[in-house]
Amino acid sequence: MSLHTLSALGRGDKAADRVVPPTGFTARLTLFVSAAMAFLAVFALALSLAAGRLATSWGDELARASTVRISAPVGQVATQTEAALRLLQQTPGVASARALSEAEQQALLAPWFGPDLPVSDLPVPQLIEVTETSEGYDAAGLRLRLQAEVPGAVLDDHARWRKPLVAAAARLKMLGWVSGLLIAAAVGAMVTLAANAALSANAQVIAVLRLVGATDAYIARAFVRRFTLRALSGAAVGTVLGVGAVALLPSGGETAGFLTGLSFRGWHWGIPALVPLLAAVVAFAATAVAARRVLGGLS
Amino acid sequence: MIELDNVAYSYGGGELLSELSLQLAPGSFHFLTGPSGTGKTTLLKLCYGALRPTAGQARLFGTDVREMDRDAVALSRRRIGVVHQDCQFLDHLTLAENVALPLTVAGEPISAQDQNLRELLGWVGLSSRANALPPELSGGERQRAALARAVISSPEVVLADEPTGNVDWEMSQRLLRLLIELNRMGVTVLIATHDLQLIRAAKSQVQARVLRIANRRLQSAGVDL
Repeated sequence: MSLHTLSALGRGDKAADRVVPPTGFTARLTLFVSAAMAFLAVFALALSLAAGRLATSWGDELARASTVRISAPVGQVATQTEAALRLLQQTPGVASARALSEAEQQALLAPWFGPDLPVSDLPVPQLIEVTETSEGYDAAGLRLRLQAEVPGAVLDDHARWRKPLVAAAARLKMLGWVSGLLIAAAVGAMVTLAANAALSANAQVIAVLRLVGATDAYIARAFVRRFTLRALSGAAVGTVLGVGAVALLPSGGETAGFLTGLSFRGWHWGIPALVPLLAAVVAFAATAVAARRVLGGLS
Repeated sequence: MIELDNVAYSYGGGELLSELSLQLAPGSFHFLTGPSGTGKTTLLKLCYGALRPTAGQARLFGTDVREMDRDAVALSRRRIGVVHQDCQFLDHLTLAENVALPLTVAGEPISAQDQNLRELLGWVGLSSRANALPPELSGGERQRAALARAVISSPEVVLADEPTGNVDWEMSQRLLRLLIELNRMGVTVLIATHDLQLIRAAKSQVQARVLRIANRRLQSAGVDL
């Protein structure tokens, strides 16, 4: 039946559409619920994708970078920095090591102390930015060697605070997908209820159609087509509104955080287009199943 | 065409019909009579596959009803025209569309139906009401519309369940004449009715067999009338 129904959907059958009387109120409710669900689905998608991006960037970029901090008496900073850099360059798994310049350190501190801070006059620790190769280095071994050769150096490989954040972002991404699934299931349930109501409200129509020799596939098609198109058009409206709302979210610019990053990037803007199609598929399946069950119970 | 062989039918409790055999030969004209509640409608439903016998065998055009799936039953309805006493229509479609419904559900193009449909409406005297909606029709008009709908797909058999139940004598004569005309064109006709006057009126015009349901069984009652 489904293939038949599917081909009829594409073709359109005016006469078959006409045999089921139009129902204004439930039609509008189906449209509204599809639109609302599509709107929510777009947000769930944006959430999932943003969380996914966040997890990737925290996982990748931060995992490749670590910092060595040198806190030493003023006179020894330069020598200890040099010693640390030498040691780092000999460490397998370290791609590059670079001492931050005074200007860079000042930029890092500016948000806390303002731009006029004379960094050179203060006992600010020297930072060394370490970039890892893809294999990475042995953090425990490096820590021991630094301890032995450069007493003022502290290695911070970011792992300590990165791990829970990456886990949280991954969990958030999963929640987004679960929300998407729940929304799809809710659309299916709603369409099933509406289709059942329509089928029982049209019991007389179905009896007449059976009497004059209509097959179940023909009768089901009239209902399936109707609900599929309603879900499709409702979800399309909801998706457009949802995408519009996401696009209008204020952007965080340079200092984008998680909340301001709740948006689509690049080709991801195309993904919401799948929402109406998915809604149509769910409505199609739900109505087909409901119709088959109701019609199968008739004489 | 339609054969019932030792058929029984029971609704939950006791048997309504039992040991019932019937053969509708092509071109025959049958009346089915008996008091209300004896199972006339049930027998007709057995004849068009709406009910399956609880015992015995019912064959539609040579196929056992038990071996037919729902689609096969639906397809056999295109060869059997059915008229009910309280005929139902699709109330949001015009009379013409309702009459053409068997062709529509069979997927035949509307243009091809047009000539056929006009002739048929003229035959049942409803040409002027073609665009009326079913709720606007009188009882007699509804019956004639139902008859037109039953025969538009050129069925081999017409089963009518009390077709004259809701109309006056004049109109029932008219419906009877239409059914007799159909029979002369070779259509097998089975009319369930408790109206003995109608049967007597028919007997002068057509070779009709009269069957009576009594004591759950089918008896030939031709001689009594």
